[in-house]
This record gives sequence, structure tokens and C-alpha cells, in this order.
Amino acid sequence: MLAKRIIVCLDVRDGRTTKGIRFRDNIDVGDPVAMARLYYEEGADELVFYDITASAERRKIFLEVVERVAEVIFVPFSVGGGIATTADMRRVLLAGAEKISVNSQAVRRPELIEEGASRFGSQCVVLGMDAARDPEMPSGYRVFIDGGRTPTSLDALAWARRGESLGAGEIVLNSIDADGTRDGYELVLTRMISESVGVPVVASGGAGRPEHLAEVFAEAAADAALIASMVHFGTHTIRSIKAYLSGQGIAVRPPA
Amino acid sequence: MLGVVDYGAGNLRSVETALRHLGVDFHVSSRPEDLRSADRLVVPGVGEARAAMGALRKSGLDSALWEFFRSGRPLLGVCIGCQIIFESSEERSTACLGFLPGTVRRFPALPGLKVPHMGWNNVSWSAAHPLFAGLESGCYFYFVHSYYPEPAPGSPALAECEYGLRFAAAVERDNLAAVQFHPEKSGPQGLRLLANFVAWKP
Repeated sequence: MLAKRIIVCLDVRDGRTTKGIRFRDNIDVGDPVAMARLYYEEGADELVFYDITASAERRKIFLEVVERVAEVIFVPFSVGGGIATTADMRRVLLAGAEKISVNSQAVRRPELIEEGASRFGSQCVVLGMDAARDPEMPSGYRVFIDGGRTPTSLDALAWARRGESLGAGEIVLNSIDADGTRDGYELVLTRMISESVGVPVVASGGAGRPEHLAEVFAEAAADAALIASMVHFGTHTIRSIKAYLSGQGIAVRPPA
Repeated sequence: MLGVVDYGAGNLRSVETALRHLGVDFHVSSRPEDLRSADRLVVPGVGEARAAMGALRKSGLDSALWEFFRSGRPLLGVCIGCQIIFESSEERSTACLGFLPGTVRRFPALPGLKVPHMGWNNVSWSAAHPLFAGLESGCYFYFVHSYYPEPAPGSPALAECEYGLRFAAAVERDNLAAVQFHPEKSGPQGLRLLANFVAWKP
């Protein structure tokens, strides 16, 4: 049986991991390579690294982090942040990532998804999207870009479907309302998107306790769940989360 | 020395990293003459069957692989490398190498069955094999694929996995073994399987 995946998210700035609370006030929580190795050994199913560095010269530091991560973990990982062209995609794939996550740049130029999928395969291209509740939108959720700061005219459900038809092989769905709250994932949004597309959906934003992962898997049809602060600060471990989920009858890959 | 076949099918880096981690001496090459001198081969790859076969034919690697297979030296196919060894693939109706009888099919469109099959799934051995030494039947490996191998009747799978249907997750014939999952991305179990291949004397 296909296991539900637990994906650890690391935001990287200037070669260090940070964790934003509602996208602001980033605080340094450590060395991304050491953290990646720890999470790998603890049984993380996958990792994702977001480059939250703005400038081009710092991008090189980020790619070096990706290369070093690839040497020490033997589970898949994806990379996102500032990917605007297939040349950018190629750089992170060559640095050792399995998948590339596109977000704002795909909203600005949707062909980016198509170009990436036809060049590297759909399995490589992840559509990351940030959505917030908005009663004016047909699905009730609006897509935001630029780290959740800029509203777009896109409806979240329509954009997820469009992304799939353009060739995205997976969707990472981040709830702006839930992100950083540690009160649980946005179940309504996650379920709506996950049941409307044919590709895997990764729930993101709001995880604070193992119960939240159980909820999003059992009640919202998520294929995978992103976690960050609940493990970065040592409140929980991958091992303890998996033991909890397993006890709830949810299929997870047991840690080694 | 172990050879890793580079035919432009995706990124070989993860396979190289895993082999390096295991301390294996290897070289990566796209030239048929380099394959001839290898004592064992890994055919990795992600991507698409028609593109993969096109690249193999263009470089003459298809006949070099046949020659290698017939020579009795150990050969491991991974993912696309587990698909192109069959006679054909439904993926853009591609004729493949035909080391094994059978075909490669797309996962059926079933309600709730997401394609690609992406993530960790348990793999059950159908028979014992040196590739599985030290590994328990039912342990998890990482998959990412939209097509699956379907060996011809009378050509049993070496291991099976369940995703909408039961499919062959591993196959073998003489000195050839192939896995649909990615051992290089399957944590300690995957590394063990790769180490088992390196030690395999068919």
C-alpha cells in the first residue's frame, strides 16, 4: 500500500535554515545539511528546500547547499524558490535534486510548467501554490504569489487543475491562513484540491501536532504532508510522528 | 569496473552519489566501447520510453547492451531501465530492447488512483534472489512512474507491488535484474539492494 509521505521543509537563506512565521520574522534554526542528514536518518520520506534568498550571487551559496545535501541523503528531495526558466531547473537537477518546485514564476508565465515537464518529465515538476480564503472566488480560495504577499486573479481550484493539465506531476498546496499557526492544516482547501486533481497533493501550512497530520491524511485526502517547525524546534521527531500515525492506522514507511 | 550507462535519460547524479557512498569504483559513459570493458552495468534513468530508446539506438548503445546481456555479466535496470528491457511500451507505442517477454502499460484511470505512482510502497518478493539479501519482503521502496512492467504469461515477476493493481516491481532473467523503484532514493534498504547488486555473481 502506498504510504502517506512526511516531507520536511527547510527554508534556506544565506546557506542557513530559517522558519518563517506567516512568512515574516525569519529566525535561524540551523545548518541545512546537518538538518537534512538528521531528518533522513530519522525516517523523513522526502525533503524540500526553498531558496528564500533574493539576490543572484547568493543563489550560488544555495546551489552549494543542494549539492552537499545530495551527498548525504538517499531519499528524494525537491528544490524551489526563484525558478523562472528551464535553465534554472536544470541547475538544481544537476546539483542533485529530484524535483523542482515552481510557484510565482509559473503564475506569471504558465508555460514554464509545460517547458519543464516536456524537458525533464512531469515527475520532476511540482506546482507550489499559496492560497488564502476569499469568498469572492468561485472555489472560495485565491492564489497569492511572491511568498504570499501579492494577490492574483487566479482561483485556487482552477489554477491547480490548469497546473495539472500543463504537466505538473505534483501539487504542494500551502494555506496562507494556516501557515505558521500550528493549529492544523486547512482541511477544506486540501480536500477540495486533492479530490479534484489526478496528481498527488502535498498539504502545507499549519502543522503543529501529530494529530494534524492524521487529520489531513484521513479527512482531507492529502497524499503527503509538509512539516517544518514541529521538528525544527525539537518538539516532535519524525520517528514519534510516524509512530503516532501508524497507531492511528495510517500507512507510513517505518523509520529504519 | 562497474559502468553506469548514460543515455541522456534524466539525471544520473543520484545513482552516482549512492554508488560513491557505497565505496564502489564506477565510471559513467555513453560510449558503447566503454560498456564492453565494464564488469557489471547499471542502466538507470527517469523519463520517457520513446526518448530513452531513441537515444540508445542513436548512440549504438542498444546493440552494446544486447552484447553485454548475452555475455553473462550482471546487469541492473532501474525505473526506465526496468521498462526498456521488455519488448514494448505503451508509452508512445515504443518498441524496446526485448530482453524479457512482455510489455509496459500505463496505470489504469481509476477513481482516486493518482498517476504518477509517486512515493513509498511496499514490495513483496515473489522468489528469493541475491538482490534481496538482508532485506525483508514487504519493505518500502521509493517509486515514481506512470507506466509499469507487465511480464508475459509464464515469465513471473521477481517482486510485486500493489497500486490499483498488482504489478511487477522487480524482474530477472539469468544475469539481468531490474527494479521499477529507485533504490538510490530508497534510504538504507535501497542502498543495501545496490550493494547486493555490486556483490552479485550470477
